[in-house]
Amino acid sequence: MDSIQSQVADYLPIAIFLVIAAALSVGFILASAVFAPSNPDPEKLSAYECGFNAFDDARMKFDVRFYLVAILFIIFDLEVAFLFPWIFEVAAGNQAAFWSMMAFLGVLTVGFVYEWRRGALEWE
Amino acid sequence: MERMFEWGGGVWGGVGLAALQILAFMVILLVSLAFLLLFDRKVWAAVMMRKGPNVVGPFGLLQAFADFLKFVLKEIIIPAGANKTVFLLAPILSLTLAFIAWAVIPVAPGWVIADLNVGVLYLFAISSLGVYGIIMGGWASNSKYPFLGGLRSAAQMVSYEVSIGFVIITVLLLVGSMNLTDVVDAQKGGFWNWHVFLLTPSKIALFPVMLVMFVIFFVSALAETNRPPFDLPEAESELVAGYQVEYSSTPYLLFMIGEYLNIVLMCAMLTILFFGGWHPPWPAPDMEPGSIASLLGALMFAAKVIFFFFLFALVKAVVPRYRYDQLMRLGWKIFLPTSLAAVVIVSGYVVFALPRAAG
Repeated sequence: MDSIQSQVADYLPIAIFLVIAAALSVGFILASAVFAPSNPDPEKLSAYECGFNAFDDARMKFDVRFYLVAILFIIFDLEVAFLFPWIFEVAAGNQAAFWSMMAFLGVLTVGFVYEWRRGALEWE
Repeated sequence: MERMFEWGGGVWGGVGLAALQILAFMVILLVSLAFLLLFDRKVWAAVMMRKGPNVVGPFGLLQAFADFLKFVLKEIIIPAGANKTVFLLAPILSLTLAFIAWAVIPVAPGWVIADLNVGVLYLFAISSLGVYGIIMGGWASNSKYPFLGGLRSAAQMVSYEVSIGFVIITVLLLVGSMNLTDVVDAQKGGFWNWHVFLLTPSKIALFPVMLVMFVIFFVSALAETNRPPFDLPEAESELVAGYQVEYSSTPYLLFMIGEYLNIVLMCAMLTILFFGGWHPPWPAPDMEPGSIASLLGALMFAAKVIFFFFLFALVKAVVPRYRYDQLMRLGWKIFLPTSLAAVVIVSGYVVFALPRAAG
C-alpha cells in the first residue's frame, strides 16, 4: 500500500468505532422503548415548571455576553489550531517560525487586551 | 490497521477483526465505568461519613448494574412541546462522541485502536464537538431550565476549551509530535522525565511552568466536564438539573454515561500528557508491544487513571460551587493569559535554550 492509502486506513477503525458506538446508543433507547411501560398523559408531557403551567416561549431572549463568549472562543480556538502545526517547526529549532508566530500572538494579545479593557469579559 | 488486514486475510476480515477489538474495548470501558461510578459515590459518601451504596451485591459492587436495569425499565417521556428528533438525537450524539474520543488513547505500547499521527488534534476536535449534544438537548426540550442550562454549559465548556488547547500545545512543544504514543514515550525512564515534574537537567528551567500547566489542565478538565465545583449547568439549587431536566430513562442514561466517559477520558489525558502514560515512575526496560510487560504497562496506566478519578471524586465532595461570574473570570482572565504566556516561554526555551541532537 502507498502512504496515502495507509493513512486513510488509519482512520478506518474510527469509522467502525463511530458506527458501533452510534448503534449501541440507539440500542439503549430502543431497549427502553420496548421494555418500559408507556402511558403518557398531558400533565406528564408538559414542560417542567414550579407548580404552574409554562407561560411565554421557553426559547427566550438571552444575554448578549453568551454571544460575545462564542465569538471570543472562535478567535482563540482558531489560534490554537494554528499553533498545532507550528510545534514541528519549533521542535526543529526554526527561529524564523518562532518569531513569526510571536508576531501573530502579539497581534491577538493586543485584541485581547482591548476586549478586556472594554469590559467584554465582565460578568456581574 | 494494516496488521488487521493481514491477520483477517483481506479487507473485510480486517474490518471484522477491528470491529471485534473495538467491541471488546467498549465492553471493558463500560464495565470499568460501572465500578468507577460506584467508586465515585463511595468516595463522596466517605467524605460525608456515610456508607454509600452497600445493598446490591457485596459492598454494593453491583449497584451500577442495578441502576442500569432500572433506567432501561423506565418510561421514556418526550415533552409535548419538544422537537422529538433533536431531543433524542442529543443524547445519542453525546454518548457516541464520548466513545469515539477513546479511539486514539494508547493504553499500553501498541494497545491503541487508531494510532493516528495527529491523535492530539483528533481528541481536541472531538471534545469540541461535545458541546453540540448539550446545546441540542437544552434547546430541543423547549423548556426554560434546560434552555438556560444549555446556554451556560456551552459558554462554560467553550471558555475552558481554549486554555486546555494552550496547555496541550505546551506539552506538544516539548515532544515535537502530535502522536499520543510519542507523547507517552517522551516521558519514559522515571518520574523525573514526566512533563508534570520535568526534573531532567536540560529542561529543569521549565519545571515551574509545566507544574502550573498541569494544575490549569486539571481545573479546566473539571470545568470542561461540568464537574463540581464547576457544575453550574446543572446547579440543582437554581436550574434543577440544567439541560437534563426533561430527560428520563435511557436518554438520560446516555447523557450520564457520556459525561462519565468524558471525565475518565480527561483522567486518561492527564495521565498521557503529564504523568507518563504506561511508564512506571522508575527507570524500566522498554516494553515490547504484546508482551507481559505491556500488560503491566496497561495496569500502570489504569492505576494512574483511577488516581486522577479519585481526585475528581474528592474535589466533588470537598469544594463548594463557584458562581458563574467567578467561573468566567477564572477561565478568561487567569487561565487564558497564563497558558498563553506559557506557550511563549516554552517555545522560546525549546528554540533557543534546549540542547539539540545533531541533525
